[in-house]
Amino acid sequence: MWYLCVFYHRLLEYRKAEFESLAGLFGVETSLEWSLPKEHHPDSPFHFVNLPSEDVAEQIANRSILVRGIYELWGEGQDFKELEEAIKNYPDDRKLPYLAPESTFRITIDSFGKVISSQEKRDRLQMLAFIPFKGRVNLKNPDHKFNLMDNDYYGSSNGLPAIAKRRIFFGREIGVADRKILQTYELKSRKYLGPTAMDAEMAFLMANQAQVKPGKLVFDPFVGTGSILIAAAHFGAMTMGADIDIRVVRDGRGPECNVWSNFKQYGLPAPISLLRADNNLPPWRPGLREVFDAIICDPPYGVRAGGRKSGGRKLLKGIIGPYTVPDDKRTDHIPSTASYSLVECVHDLLDTAARMLVMGGRLVYFYPVLREDDYTNPTFPEHPCFKFVTSCEQILSYRYSRVLLTMVKIAPYSEEIELAAKIKHLDFKENHLKWLEDGNLHSAVFRPADANIHGDDKSSSKPKYRGKYV
Amino acid sequence: MRLLTHNMLSSNIKGVTNGFPLRMEVGKVVEKTVDFNADFLRNMFAKVEWNALVEGSKALGYFELPDNVESSMLESDEFLHKFHHALLELHLEQGALICPETGRRFPVSKGIPNMLLHEDEV
Repeated sequence: MWYLCVFYHRLLEYRKAEFESLAGLFGVETSLEWSLPKEHHPDSPFHFVNLPSEDVAEQIANRSILVRGIYELWGEGQDFKELEEAIKNYPDDRKLPYLAPESTFRITIDSFGKVISSQEKRDRLQMLAFIPFKGRVNLKNPDHKFNLMDNDYYGSSNGLPAIAKRRIFFGREIGVADRKILQTYELKSRKYLGPTAMDAEMAFLMANQAQVKPGKLVFDPFVGTGSILIAAAHFGAMTMGADIDIRVVRDGRGPECNVWSNFKQYGLPAPISLLRADNNLPPWRPGLREVFDAIICDPPYGVRAGGRKSGGRKLLKGIIGPYTVPDDKRTDHIPSTASYSLVECVHDLLDTAARMLVMGGRLVYFYPVLREDDYTNPTFPEHPCFKFVTSCEQILSYRYSRVLLTMVKIAPYSEEIELAAKIKHLDFKENHLKWLEDGNLHSAVFRPADANIHGDDKSSSKPKYRGKYV
Repeated sequence: MRLLTHNMLSSNIKGVTNGFPLRMEVGKVVEKTVDFNADFLRNMFAKVEWNALVEGSKALGYFELPDNVESSMLESDEFLHKFHHALLELHLEQGALICPETGRRFPVSKGIPNMLLHEDEV
């Protein structure tokens, strides 16, 4: 059955991706059919989607972060006359159970892109008087919720997607996103934070992309202060995290301000383990395969934080002879680390994921993209064990954005695959990734502005449609 | 560090061919209650190296695990609870993991194993 899905006007590329991942999580195996209301911009918050059952629709909406609501559409039209016609034509057996005398209901009036006055809301409500509501109104906790929504061109687009014609929708609410969790988990009230802690909304989106659910084991090889794993733990997963910086995973800022305390703060079960390990040389025992159900991470890509790996000084100073630690200093020796370029880091991540994910397990990670040259069609790392699911861009600055990549494991890991992956990686490195080498991305993002950039900005004072910026 | 983690780790020093299982040097052991999840345990059972888990649990002072197991034992609640306790509720808080081949100590402090290699071990 077709449903009306209304999204929040945020993180546009993430919306359908999240929805589809959740549909998969709740048992929809085929890809979803989508369609747009008449003459709507693809970035419009209003979409139609075909789902197998109301039950699935409700589960998706309640688990999601970006679904404002899923509705059983009773009617739509370009004006109230057309809407009334449509609602009257909607089959009675679909309507009457929700209009019954002993039930309670509420109607919410909403308009996309404009705040409407309470007077106008009352006027619009009056227009619905033809619907034979028999129940009582209950604004706080009704049995049935109805929504009247429209979008219109109000003379100025205010940075919203272009609107060709007004469209009004009336429907029965089936489920909405629980965005209260974002307040619960917002970073400003979290005890232990690092400079690159993942913001709560994005962390939950990542967990949804990874189809996290109770009893699954989720791993983050760049765990930091644990912000991604907290989202996974909220959805019931067991978590495991590794980081190369021992101060972050072991000490934090004292006994009541560390990664463990972050989990305790929200009453979540503590991670199964935290350890100090190097993504370049992971300490997993050789025979260990297919233990994690998902790997979710934000690798260090050298803009805000740079990657480190083992085997320091020797590489840093370019000394040719092997660097040896004297025997009497071994016990308390603090090994130095070497810088770790993003190319190498992503290769290691894919290799670890190919080995350690269960079949059908998901790898979800961020990947930086410079917004220049062949930006419109960026190439992403591939691996023979993985199939691409989606890529969702979030613009971070004029210069660069980060893309959330979701991949699913479709082939078992083998030594031949390890070799094939290495060749593919070298080819990728040669052809696409020169700017991702150590330091290059950082300097590209922070290089001084060209003189004419400001000139361009001043000349266009009218707000333009901002698309992916939201 | 729980025994599940111990069961997954090995010494990956360059040249070491037999870095598993790591021997445990026990300083302090703590027990923390964890919610019981039978599905998770059944799932993990297939992944765990049983002998290493038994040896590990003995090192931490828990002697209830049977030496030999087969998957039919997963039907037994009593067995699952023992497995659960050994795998998830025993923590090595202070101590070290010792590479069986080279004797290299990987310290465990505040429950966090430090698996980072020295410069000449890479």
